[in-house]
Amino acid sequence: MLTAVRRILPEQAVLYDEEDLHPYECDGLTAYRQRPLMVVLPETVAQLRDIVRLCQTRQVPLVARGAGTGLSGGALPLSNGMLLNLAKFSRILEIDPVNRIARVEPGVRNLAISEAVAEHGLYYAPDPSSQIACSIGGNVAENAGGVHCLKYGLTIHNILGLKVLTIDGELLEIGGKCLDSPGYDLLALMTGSEGLLGIIVEVTVKLLPVPESARVILTAFDDVEAAAKAVGDIIGAGIIPAGLEMMDNLAIRAAEDYIHAGYPVDSAAILLCELDGIEAEVEEQIAQVRDILTRNRAVDIRVAIDQKQRKLFWAGRKAAFPAVGKIAPDYYCMDGTIPRHSLPAVLKQISVWSDEYRLPVANVFHAGDGNLHPLILYDANQSGERERTEAFGARILELCIAVGGTITGEHGVGVEKLDQMCSQFDSAELNQFHAIKDAFDPGRLLNPGKAIPTLQRCAEFGAMHVHAGQLPFPELDRF
Amino acid sequence: MDNKADNDQSEWLRQRLREAIRTRHALCISGGGSKSFYGRDPEGEPVNTVGHRGIVKYEPTELVLTARAGTTLNDIEQTLDGHGQMLPFEPPCFKSCATLGGAIATGLSGPARPYRGAARDYILGIKCLTGHGEILSFGGEVMKNVAGFDASRLMAGALGTLGILLEITLKVLPKPAHEITLVFESTRDNALMTMNQRAGRPLPISASVYDSERLYLRLSGTEAGIEAAHRQLGGNIYPEGEHFWDDIREHRHEFYFTDGPLWRISVPPATPALDIDGQWLVEWGGAQRWLKTRKHIDDVRNVVSSAGGHATVFRGGDRTGEVFHTLPANLYAIHRRLKSAFDPHGILNPGRLYAGI
Repeated sequence: MLTAVRRILPEQAVLYDEEDLHPYECDGLTAYRQRPLMVVLPETVAQLRDIVRLCQTRQVPLVARGAGTGLSGGALPLSNGMLLNLAKFSRILEIDPVNRIARVEPGVRNLAISEAVAEHGLYYAPDPSSQIACSIGGNVAENAGGVHCLKYGLTIHNILGLKVLTIDGELLEIGGKCLDSPGYDLLALMTGSEGLLGIIVEVTVKLLPVPESARVILTAFDDVEAAAKAVGDIIGAGIIPAGLEMMDNLAIRAAEDYIHAGYPVDSAAILLCELDGIEAEVEEQIAQVRDILTRNRAVDIRVAIDQKQRKLFWAGRKAAFPAVGKIAPDYYCMDGTIPRHSLPAVLKQISVWSDEYRLPVANVFHAGDGNLHPLILYDANQSGERERTEAFGARILELCIAVGGTITGEHGVGVEKLDQMCSQFDSAELNQFHAIKDAFDPGRLLNPGKAIPTLQRCAEFGAMHVHAGQLPFPELDRF
Repeated sequence: MDNKADNDQSEWLRQRLREAIRTRHALCISGGGSKSFYGRDPEGEPVNTVGHRGIVKYEPTELVLTARAGTTLNDIEQTLDGHGQMLPFEPPCFKSCATLGGAIATGLSGPARPYRGAARDYILGIKCLTGHGEILSFGGEVMKNVAGFDASRLMAGALGTLGILLEITLKVLPKPAHEITLVFESTRDNALMTMNQRAGRPLPISASVYDSERLYLRLSGTEAGIEAAHRQLGGNIYPEGEHFWDDIREHRHEFYFTDGPLWRISVPPATPALDIDGQWLVEWGGAQRWLKTRKHIDDVRNVVSSAGGHATVFRGGDRTGEVFHTLPANLYAIHRRLKSAFDPHGILNPGRLYAGI
């Protein structure tokens, strides 16, 4: 295999020594580690195509990797597989300010797109917290969200075209610069497909004009329920903020220690509410939101006075994960999404379980769209803590399903949530997913074993979808 | 809420489908029939979903609505209107009998599309019957959901060839507090340029049309915001704005009256005027252009292809040929394989989208 690969790629683009493979043994989900057979760094689509064809001929599985910031183990290598590092596909191919698109290679960083088009007064809207590092190819593979997706949508809403290499080495051109394309919506199907259907080699993203005004309100509450209710009231009043984020006390304290954003460390919860648009409109909405917050027993309402303070308010939120990483040896980040009205009840249950499992939880949410990120704090060196953490996490995800939500809002299933997929979908639905996979990759060589569990695994997990009336959590009638 | 059990016909539809699978008879799925002109000529025994109706769930503060496929768009919009909300993608009804199922199956969106998004963008989840005779659910009722492949958005615009839609969950939005329409006299080239330049600036534009004489821009937002935007843009307020956009959305504008074929051309928005003889109406900031022409289908498609776009014979013309832009061979092959993944026996609306699909 090595000889064959070396005929396609120069020597420095093929890694196989133990120490060279080491940095690739995990992605952002560090609890799962595996060394691949080898890592390849192709530079051109032609090289990539030859590698793919070689893998197909020899039946070697392939895992594509972007920046490796994913949080569900989607880029976890396979011991018998090749890891495709797409870092060298890092060129911005075209910026078309009039049509408001950019054509980029998959290794381009999310934030680099906005930086490159800033001179035209444009930007790329989805902004996952890892946007400094994460690559657009990975964003598409995971359908990444961010703190502004309540108003501006997820990756799927902000891309127009893809070029995808199939396992047969065919280059599919899906969409382009138009708003739609004929036939099936393959753009939607590819987005969030976690590298199971093809390898993304080019992305056409939609660019939006930078809003004339963007202002953020930082609000403190004495109890989490009041904050949650304020979120519903803002949206109920017909206001769609650009971002609406909540953090609980532990997350506030961690972020404040780390960033010094001026967060009120004694409050039970803070809300960050960003409003953007035409200046006159933003001012009008700020006044409205202020009223709503006051009515919901907010104890401290601060409107950022300038862009510097606005950035600082956001910096605390965007650094919440690493900040929590400072206060505990390890943390486990969950990504369930729930209908917003269940927020207080779900939080209460998480806090009860937190005591039961003796594991603290810091809560960070995209409150506007009900996407929770409970961070379970643990120490992997303490015997049994990792297992307890995973059991706790799994219970949170089952709870999200039980209240009508989903096990993953934006991080993907990867290797991490395969068992919970068995609870969220029944066998016919999982079979349909496998049929979709087979339509693209019948040999199951692209990122096999991720995202969609086999029925056998689900049978062993023993949690095949429970139908209405027989839901787990009989205690949940209060929801 | 109109979620009476006798309006739940999913079991009846499943039996009907299973019988068709058993006897290997194709089914022609229909709703209110308002868009029966769309797509290629149907074949198969009719199966109608209008009895499967009712809004199953609507929670205004969650911005989420779930309705059965046979629910009329009128009923849904009335219910939403009662809470100051709307379907942001402004699906065309064409007739009052239009159903939600038809809106999603055709995937059509109205004037707001380039500014607020398309039908597929607002789909959160779908329950459908596939050609395996099973009722499957994809997506859900929450704003963000990346569990499993996005089979629900795949149904938008698939014209029923992948499944019979049973229930659809949509994200909805509050209606803007205020709306005005501005009108400008303009040449065609200038209108295209203006639409694109304005769209690149942070302005609350929510619709745009050029009718060969005048450029119309709709602004939506708060009163203060719109006033400020109007000062920036200039132009006169068009008093009949609301009717005007309804007529555009519903194809009641006089432009759409024709005996010949009506083409829908989708191109990158700033594409200069295309060299095809005929009458044009430009919408969606230039990204959607309607064309009345007697030119041969291949001539139209060649010009549109070279501009990086695609052309659909929207109404009229030959409905036995390919009404949607022909796909490259490798994409067509994927379409075939996906079709057979959802509908292995070719029961569901065969040939409605493309021959052989």
